[in-house]
Amino acid sequence: MFNSYEKNTLHLDPARCINCGICQTVCPHAVFASGDKVAVLASPESCMECGACMKNCPVGAITVESGVGCAEAMIRAAITGSKNETCGCGGEGESICCGGTDECR
Amino acid sequence: MDTPQSSRYSCTPVSGAPPCTCTGEATIDREIRSTDSTITFANRLDHFLARWGVNRMGHRVEPGLCRLGNPTPESPVFASANYTLSFDALRSSLAGIDAFILVLDTKGINVWCAAGKGTFGTEELIHRIETTALASIVTHRRIIVPQLGAPGISWMEVLRRSGFRVEFGPVRAADLPEYMKTQTATPAMRTVQFPLRDRIVLIPVELVQVIPWAVVATLIVGFLLNWMIAGQLLTAVLAGTVLFPALLPYIPTKDFSTKGLLLGALVMFPFIWVNMAAGITSWMQAGYAITSLLVFPPITAFLALNFTGATTFTSRTGVRKEIFTYIRVMAGMLVTGTVLAAVLFVVRAGGV
Ligand code: SF4
Ligand code: SF4
Repeated sequence: MFNSYEKNTLHLDPARCINCGICQTVCPHAVFASGDKVAVLASPESCMECGACMKNCPVGAITVESGVGCAEAMIRAAITGSKNETCGCGGEGESICCGGTDECR
Repeated sequence: MDTPQSSRYSCTPVSGAPPCTCTGEATIDREIRSTDSTITFANRLDHFLARWGVNRMGHRVEPGLCRLGNPTPESPVFASANYTLSFDALRSSLAGIDAFILVLDTKGINVWCAAGKGTFGTEELIHRIETTALASIVTHRRIIVPQLGAPGISWMEVLRRSGFRVEFGPVRAADLPEYMKTQTATPAMRTVQFPLRDRIVLIPVELVQVIPWAVVATLIVGFLLNWMIAGQLLTAVLAGTVLFPALLPYIPTKDFSTKGLLLGALVMFPFIWVNMAAGITSWMQAGYAITSLLVFPPITAFLALNFTGATTFTSRTGVRKEIFTYIRVMAGMLVTGTVLAAVLFVVRAGGV
């Protein structure tokens, strides 16, 4: 109840994984852990769908529908019927989306 | 880039730099600028203005290669964004380290957001490596990229096309000295937190966005209806923009909408209590309490839901689910509350 964040689109295909560990390196929420032979999902519910793991897995073992989890952008897209759900920070600078994470370089 | 902001660039051209050897290689930008680790008053002012959303896209550093200290061809190369806050965090953290900083053109956006949009990305990194002729400046082939740049950068692609090996450094620039010493990032250095300080610095931008609207709405309500309702409106807005980011982890439930509804209801209680003390008929007080709890919490909740974009952990799937679940609820509460308030108003005016 009252938790919309239990499920997400992250998927790991263990059959492909070569246990290189890159996903553990790039994930900012410690979703992956090293298993015996392949990477394992230690806390899949923490995934924020940033897409870093998919982009850097050398064998394409990870899929995730990456995108920005920003309500403002999605509501704007829904209202205007636009498919573009990215935050407006690249252009007009109307969104707060990019206010975050400055401390993180 | 000759923009008026150039006076704020922390990375200034080296005086006496060799003139461009222009032999048709117009795309090669051989100028290496110099920078240091000092954060000046002008930098702090620039950071402050960035926090308040003043000239939002203007807090930029010139893209290209920068020298920090006295780097040699063996010195490490760090990639950064051309947003002053990102760039300054990096150079100040590297105090005492001689290095090169490769500034990507992220249009004045911080690393993580730019990575999500792809401007801090594989293409731009390869492009900068090429145009700065990095391969002829350093002897090694290693470039340290902030971990939060990973959503935009594929190390395989960069290696294949530029010969440089991407090394993902720690999330926070402040951990870099430790990382450079040990050559490893601890799990703590690899994870993103969202501590009070990081949440509080976001409040000004939130405020700047909603305050003009909120003030206008408050004045209209105040003059047309009454100042108590106007005060409630302003309180609901401030709860959503100021209290919510500060209290985020302490409010029960996971969903931002329900957190917002709870917080919005909580801040209405002082008003309800004052009204109780005013001593109107008790059913009128009950009506006032109910309408207050229907009309104002959705306003706080909507602002709370919008804060998802500024956080470091909400997934798109989750946010979408929240929108589908709660926007309806919020609108329903607002409409029901307004109708009920109108009925109460008419009844009271009728002198029942
Ligand atoms: S990055 Fe891919 S191959 Fe490497 S450990 Fe993770 S899932 Fe396995
Ligand atoms: S999408 Fe991002 S948060 Fe999710 S598992 Fe991959 S790296 Fe981690």
